[in-house]
Amino acid sequence: MTVKDKLKYTKDHEWLRVESDDVVVVGITEYAQSELGDIVFVEVETEGEELEAGEVFGSIEAVKTVSDMYMPVSGQVLEFNEVLTTAPETINQDAYEAGWIIKIKMSDPQELNELLTPEKYKELIGA
Amino acid sequence: MKNTALINFHKELGGKIVPFAGFNMPVQFEGVNIEHETVRKGVGVFDVSHMGEIWIKGPKALDLIQYVSSNDASKLFDGKVQYACFPNGKGGIVDDFLVYRIDAETYLLVINASNIQKDLAWLQTNNKFGAEIYDASDEISQLAIQGPLAMQVVQKLTDTAVEDMKYYSFQKVNFAGVKDVILSITGYTGSGGCEIYFANEDAATIWKAVFEAGQEFGIKPIGLAARDTLRLEMGFCLYGNDIDDTTSPIEAGLGWITKFTEGKDFIDKDFLLKQKNEGVSRRLVGFELVEKGIPRKDYKICDVAGNQIGIVTSGTMSPSLKIPIGMGYVNNDLAKADTEIFIEVRNKLLKAKIVKTPFYKG
Repeated sequence: MTVKDKLKYTKDHEWLRVESDDVVVVGITEYAQSELGDIVFVEVETEGEELEAGEVFGSIEAVKTVSDMYMPVSGQVLEFNEVLTTAPETINQDAYEAGWIIKIKMSDPQELNELLTPEKYKELIGA
Repeated sequence: MKNTALINFHKELGGKIVPFAGFNMPVQFEGVNIEHETVRKGVGVFDVSHMGEIWIKGPKALDLIQYVSSNDASKLFDGKVQYACFPNGKGGIVDDFLVYRIDAETYLLVINASNIQKDLAWLQTNNKFGAEIYDASDEISQLAIQGPLAMQVVQKLTDTAVEDMKYYSFQKVNFAGVKDVILSITGYTGSGGCEIYFANEDAATIWKAVFEAGQEFGIKPIGLAARDTLRLEMGFCLYGNDIDDTTSPIEAGLGWITKFTEGKDFIDKDFLLKQKNEGVSRRLVGFELVEKGIPRKDYKICDVAGNQIGIVTSGTMSPSLKIPIGMGYVNNDLAKADTEIFIEVRNKLLKAKIVKTPFYKG
């Protein structure tokens, strides 16, 4: 199960890639997509909104389950990956690149320090 | 948790194992969508050994079955299968099942895994006739070999002609060198094929033979997740979702397996006859979502003003049709095709319309 170096992780199985000083790209991990199975619907209706870390920013549905997705850090939801509206399976195919979900403009980049390192995340999933 | 005789094969094939109805069962192998498509276009194999099997035997066997079954088992002949349910005496359903007539005094009931103990108790309670009841659930394995290419695979493993067998018929055949395998033209997918029953000891032999014979047809193992999407596309009821102890067969659209044959007394006969003649207040319907979203069990069905008019019992994204589909109970006056309804999905009302089932028409 791939856990990429240079990314930050959360206990909710999300990854973050720092794109610039205050912008991060967020997706779900390879482990998460594999646990969910075929993803059939991704809904994010919070574009433009300011949300706190831990708040729900959208939901992701596999054939058998629906899961909420949580803000890993506080900030504004800058952008939703539109590819996912027509091709949600992109997350299954490429969780760390083409299957990214949102970009966040962070209100407090210090929050990044509270996230999991790749090593800690590997421990969490027993990889 | 119990294991079927084939658990190690599932693990070797990379099946994701989950607890289901008291068994460790493979929910998925390669992925639900590809597995679903394999059954629709080719051939797939389900280990459904968790299902229960109860023998009803003796001179009074038919009397017991007639009394507990909604359907008319006197219409059966040797080699014929019938779908039916057990009315529960309170207007609901104990379970739905298949009944196989081996001979006039030997019947096999195939029941849901989650209901084995409940059904057994129900049969024993109602056995005022003195029929012999024997629970063989722990001794019998079952495979469902399903899909348009299934019977070509199966034919390679038996000398008995099976490709032209009629729907809902069965034979005992010599299969992959194993004697007395029950092969029935039944299934839960709507894509053709058969189900086979045999002793646990023969499970490994048969599993290997089926995969070897099916290799040239691209045969694959299929998990429970695809079993559910396949049955839902056909509008087939799932016990515990679409039917249960609180739903009547008439409400569930199972009037066709509820037979009021003269001289056949059965549990809830008067109540169900009244429902059939006077109508019911709610009915099970199929619906498609018009807006984006996925219906799930227990979501509310509403009118345009947001008033609840029903409840979702099953829902999924249809892998074949690529649209969200579901089933649920709605007030009878709204249960017509093309009626606009709304499904409450996470506090939003999504537009849907009632459609005739099956959703998937092949």
